[in-house]
Order: sequence, then C-alpha cells, then structure tokens
Amino acid sequence: MAAPKIMKQGRVVPWLYVLPALAVILIFVVYPTLNTTYLSFRNRSGDQPASADCIAGSPCWGVFENYRYAITHPDMVQALRNNALWLLLMVPATVAIGLFISVLADRVRYESLVKSIIFMPMAISFIGAGVIWRFMYYIETGGNPQIGVFNALLTSVGFKPVPWLSTAGINNLALMLVGVWLWAGFSMSILSAALKGLPIEVLEAARVDGASEWQVFWRVMLPMIMPTVTVVVTTMVIIVLKIFDIVFVMTGGNFGTEVIANRMFKLIVTNTGRSMAIAVILLLLTIPIMIINVRRFREQEATR
Amino acid sequence: MRPFARLNRFFNRLPVNLAIVFMCVFWIVPTFGVFVTSFRSREAVRTTGWWTVFIPKSKTYVEGQQEYETYCLSCHGAAGNAIPNADLSDPNLVAQYPRSNRLLVALRQDINGKPHLQNPTLPQDANQALQVLAPIISYMNTLSGGGQSDINKLSLRNYADALVGYKGTGDYLTDCQQGVPSTLAKFKCNASDLLNPEGMGRAFLNTVAVAVPSSILPILFAAFAAYAFAWMDFPGRHWVFAILVGLQVVPLQMALVPIARLYSSIGLQSSFLGIWLFHTGFGLPYAIYLMRNFLGGLPREVFESVYIDGANHWTAFWKMAIPLSVPAIASLGIYQFLWIWNDFLVAKIFLSDKPVLTVQITNLIDPRGGNWHLLTGAAFLSFIVPMLVFFALQRYFVRGLLAGSVKG
Repeated sequence: MAAPKIMKQGRVVPWLYVLPALAVILIFVVYPTLNTTYLSFRNRSGDQPASADCIAGSPCWGVFENYRYAITHPDMVQALRNNALWLLLMVPATVAIGLFISVLADRVRYESLVKSIIFMPMAISFIGAGVIWRFMYYIETGGNPQIGVFNALLTSVGFKPVPWLSTAGINNLALMLVGVWLWAGFSMSILSAALKGLPIEVLEAARVDGASEWQVFWRVMLPMIMPTVTVVVTTMVIIVLKIFDIVFVMTGGNFGTEVIANRMFKLIVTNTGRSMAIAVILLLLTIPIMIINVRRFREQEATR
Repeated sequence: MRPFARLNRFFNRLPVNLAIVFMCVFWIVPTFGVFVTSFRSREAVRTTGWWTVFIPKSKTYVEGQQEYETYCLSCHGAAGNAIPNADLSDPNLVAQYPRSNRLLVALRQDINGKPHLQNPTLPQDANQALQVLAPIISYMNTLSGGGQSDINKLSLRNYADALVGYKGTGDYLTDCQQGVPSTLAKFKCNASDLLNPEGMGRAFLNTVAVAVPSSILPILFAAFAAYAFAWMDFPGRHWVFAILVGLQVVPLQMALVPIARLYSSIGLQSSFLGIWLFHTGFGLPYAIYLMRNFLGGLPREVFESVYIDGANHWTAFWKMAIPLSVPAIASLGIYQFLWIWNDFLVAKIFLSDKPVLTVQITNLIDPRGGNWHLLTGAAFLSFIVPMLVFFALQRYFVRGLLAGSVKG
C-alpha cells in the first residue's frame, strides 16, 4: 500500500512519529538480544570469558563452554527432549481439538456457549491454571479420602491412586494436558472464524457431488483453511518453545519434566553465562518461525 | 411419519451433542472444583472432595453421631452432660475446640494418669485421628445447641485469609474475633491488614499498578508509529516494518538479564516504571503491526479529504486516525492488559519486592498440599478481573487474537 502523495510531509516528520517506538524497541528488545548473546560467551558472573569456567581435565569448548552445557549436559538434554515432546504432542493436539470443537459446535444451537466455555481458560494465568490442575492431580497420601478429581475417580472404581505429577512418563503428558486445556480455545476461535469464512457454494457443490461429510472436511475444508492452520501452528510453536509457568508451578521441572525456559530461569542468578546460552538457544529455535512470519507478511503485502 | 423423523434426527445428532457436552464438562470441572473449594473450610477441604457439597445428606443423618457414639458415648452420655466437669453440651466448652487439631491435643493428654480415651483408643496416626475428630466436633456443636458445626458451611473466610495473607492454623476472621495472640502479633484486624505485603490484597493493587500503564503506553507509542507506517512515505519503511514483524517472536527471556543490569545501574530495580517500560518494549512490535494493518485498511479517501482540506498529519492523526481506530485500540488494549495481568516471569524478575497476584500465588503454594482452601481462594481472587473483562469484552478479545499473528 502506497501512502497518498497529496500530503507533503518532508523527510523528518515520519521519523518523528516512528522514532519514539523504535527507540523503545531498540533499548528493550534489540540491545538486550545482542547483550545476551555477548554474555552467553562469558563466564558465570560475566566478568571473564566463558572458558574461565572450564575445569582442568573435564571437556571444555573454550568460549563456547556455556553452549557445551546448553547442548550436552544431561539436565539440558532432558529439557530439549521435553520441549521437543511438547512440540510434537501439544501443538497437534491443540490444533486438532480446536478444529474438532469448531466443526462440531457449528452443528448445535448452543454454539456460542460452547465456545465461551472452551475459550474461558485463555483469560486466566498459567499460574492460576497450574493451581487448578495441581488440585485435579492431587494425591492424598496421609490416609484421608482422595480430594483430587482424578484420583478420587480411580479409587472409587477400586484402583490405586496415581501420583500424576511425580511419575516419570505420565507427568509430562499431565502437564501437556494443562497446556491443551489453556490453548484449545485460542486455536478454536481462530479456526472457527476461518471455517465460517469458507464460501458455502464450494461446500455445497462438494456435497451435491456426493462427498460425505468426512470427505468434505478432509478434502475441501481443511485444504482451504490451511493458511490459518499454519498461523495457529506457528503461534503454538512459539508458546510451547517458551513454556515455563505451567512447569514452574506444577513440578518445578522435577521428576523428569524440565523444559528449556525453566532451566534458563533456574540459572539466571547462579550462572548467568549458562543461562544466557540457553536463552540464545531459545532464540535460535524461534528463528524459523520468524522467517515464516516475515515471508508470510511479505506475501500478504504483495497481494494487497 | 413425522414423530419418527424427529426421533431419527435426535439420534443422528446424539453423538455430536454427547461429544460436545463431554468436552464442555471437561473444560469446566477443573475451574469449578477450585471455585467450590474456595468457599469450603480448611477441615472440609482436607477431609472430603469438593463434589460432596452437592451430595444431599439425609435428614435423619446427623454429622458425627456415629463417631461420637463410638468414642465418647460411654463416658459423656447421650446428651453429653454425664460428666459435670466436662459438659459437652456447654457451648463455652465446645467453643474452645473449633478445630480438630486442638481437640486432638486435649485428647492426647492423660486424665488422672490414664489415657483420655481407652475403649476404643484414637488411631495413632495423627491424620486418621483428625479425620475421626472433625465429625465429633461437628456433633459436639449439635449437642451444645450451636447447630451443625461450621466445617461444612460455605463462607468467604478463605477469601479473607487470602486477601490479608493469613497463614495460621485457624482463620483470620475467627482469630480476630477471639483475639488469638499469634494472629494479633501480625495483624491489626482492621482494613489496614489488606495492605499486608504477603496478602493478595496488596498484590491486587500491585497488579493493577503494573497492568494499566503497561497496556496504555505501548498503544500510545504504537499509534504514532503505525500511522507513519500506514500513511507516510519514507525510505526504508518496508524494511523497518518487516524487521518489526520478525521481532514479534523474540522470546522475552533474551532481555531479562541485560535489562535487569541496566535497571540496577540506574536505580530502576523493582520499580513500577521499570516494568512498565519493559512491557512496553515487548508489547510494541505486535501493537504496531496490528494498528498499522488496521489503519492501512481504512479507506484512502478518508485521509485524502482531510489533507485536501489543509489538515497536516498531526490533525489527521488526532481527528481521523485515532477516533476511527477505537475498535483496534480496544482489542489491543484488552489483549495486552490480560497478557500483563497474567504475567509471572517479568514481574518475578523486575518487581521482586512488590509481588503481583501470580507471584503471590506461588508464594502461597504449600508443597504438601495442606492449604488448598487458601490457594483456591487466592487463585480466584486473581481470576476476578480477567473473567469480568473476558465476559464483558469477549468480542474484542477474540478480535485482537484474530487480527495478528504472534507476540513475543
């Protein structure tokens, strides 16, 4: 879109409008990013090169010492693996459930009520959601009846209660369920808007041609809303890469549930160099999304 | 046949309806459970599930009668007044044991060198003993004419405890009424307790103080920049804007340490100004993007007409751009406000001595799970504002989500 030429503006005026915002962004986003990258090559307190933290006789990557930690240390390997697991499971689950609800809710009369209910968790904090779900997963070990819903259900049908949050293997899934519960509303509202924007004639044409509802969904609807699905997926990928509060408040990263952002937070005071290296890893992981977003933006601009 | 057609349609739709209802129940139950729990007494939360509130009790059933008959009947009698020195139908005596842990302490003391309870004795395990004693207290209340004990009553006491940050073994309101010394040492039992730094009341004020300016500032900065990006021509604007699109997803983890160091060198550590500016910086790329798309979508004639009338950019900005973009500003403002209201990480780092709601909740968490009554109340206090905003302005909120892509 080109600005109208009618209005004369000179060379300086536009920058007067843009500069205050750009200055704030430079100070709070750009400068810290560079500084963090620099600190990731420094030692635990930032006053010497990272190689100063090397211990004689142990492996050392010189100035990349903090990155050796960030990539090879068992705690970090676990965190990276867990983040990958979150990406592989929570992102598709959120998109699938969002799609599922928006397609189904479209067929009932109480659609707006359903959508409000599913969307509501979006309004509350990750911390609040953490409290809510800690209570759901709670296990009573002192002899009282189970007061957490899941374990009460289990014991009422004769099973033993399960320590959901401290059992490796189950606990990651339990945390992801909280993430899906929180974000399904987001994916639902965006996908539902896209589905409602589809031209009815196309769907009707497919149905007249004898396509079943199932085929209409997979062959017509889904391909047509694919750009919107990409938007939801890229957003969810960013959210999941940075997942922190849920893990912090529910398990503290213990019992095999560590994630990148929690590791970064734990080390922020005690070992700034390592913490910053983890932050840089996080940034590097978001760069593909950054590229996708900028490319999509330029395509949109071109067709404008 | 019409009736059959209807029935047919009902059964055809049944799976869809069942699936939807199941999802909705699954989505509501966790929050609802916490909501119900936030009104229950500590004893009730510890000993029974929140859903028991909805299970009606038969009229002939009197809470604790069975336990009383097992442990106390043989000595204290059916009416409770068989031992004059320990008259369980005396309200004053019963009032000394508002909670089962106090009664347990009394019962563990010997009488005339012999255990208080002999046949049968209380369970050795303290938790099991408390579980027996809670209903007995309830029954003592019935005997003494006080009616059912308050353990099963729903009340706002947890909210009072959470607001003032009361972490004792009783509850704040009762302790204040009875003048419990340990409570009086910490609290004044008047409105000033709401400002206790460990309470949710103070945290609520802190959160408001963080969230309101942090939502307004980025919109103000963004509106100017977005106007220039949409309606002015200057070299490099496409490039700068594309960079802004990229910056939207920079994780804010990248900025925590450098900005914290910067703040401590200029005396902004743990200050509201510091956190406002930080949120402004990370809110801006998305805010500019959204506002510019909105402003750029306005019809060109609108601006051309005011330019022809001789208006300069300043007037066009204030007289046309701002009034026309009220819907976008509302969406953006709500989105940013909720985001910051719910933020934990930034507040934890930049406001270490002024806890906001989310940080205060984490301070209240008891890893052993002994204070769900307090925690659930605190959680719901933090939900009140987002819920109000959400239900009143849901349309704008969804629109704010739909309009853009991703925020960092």
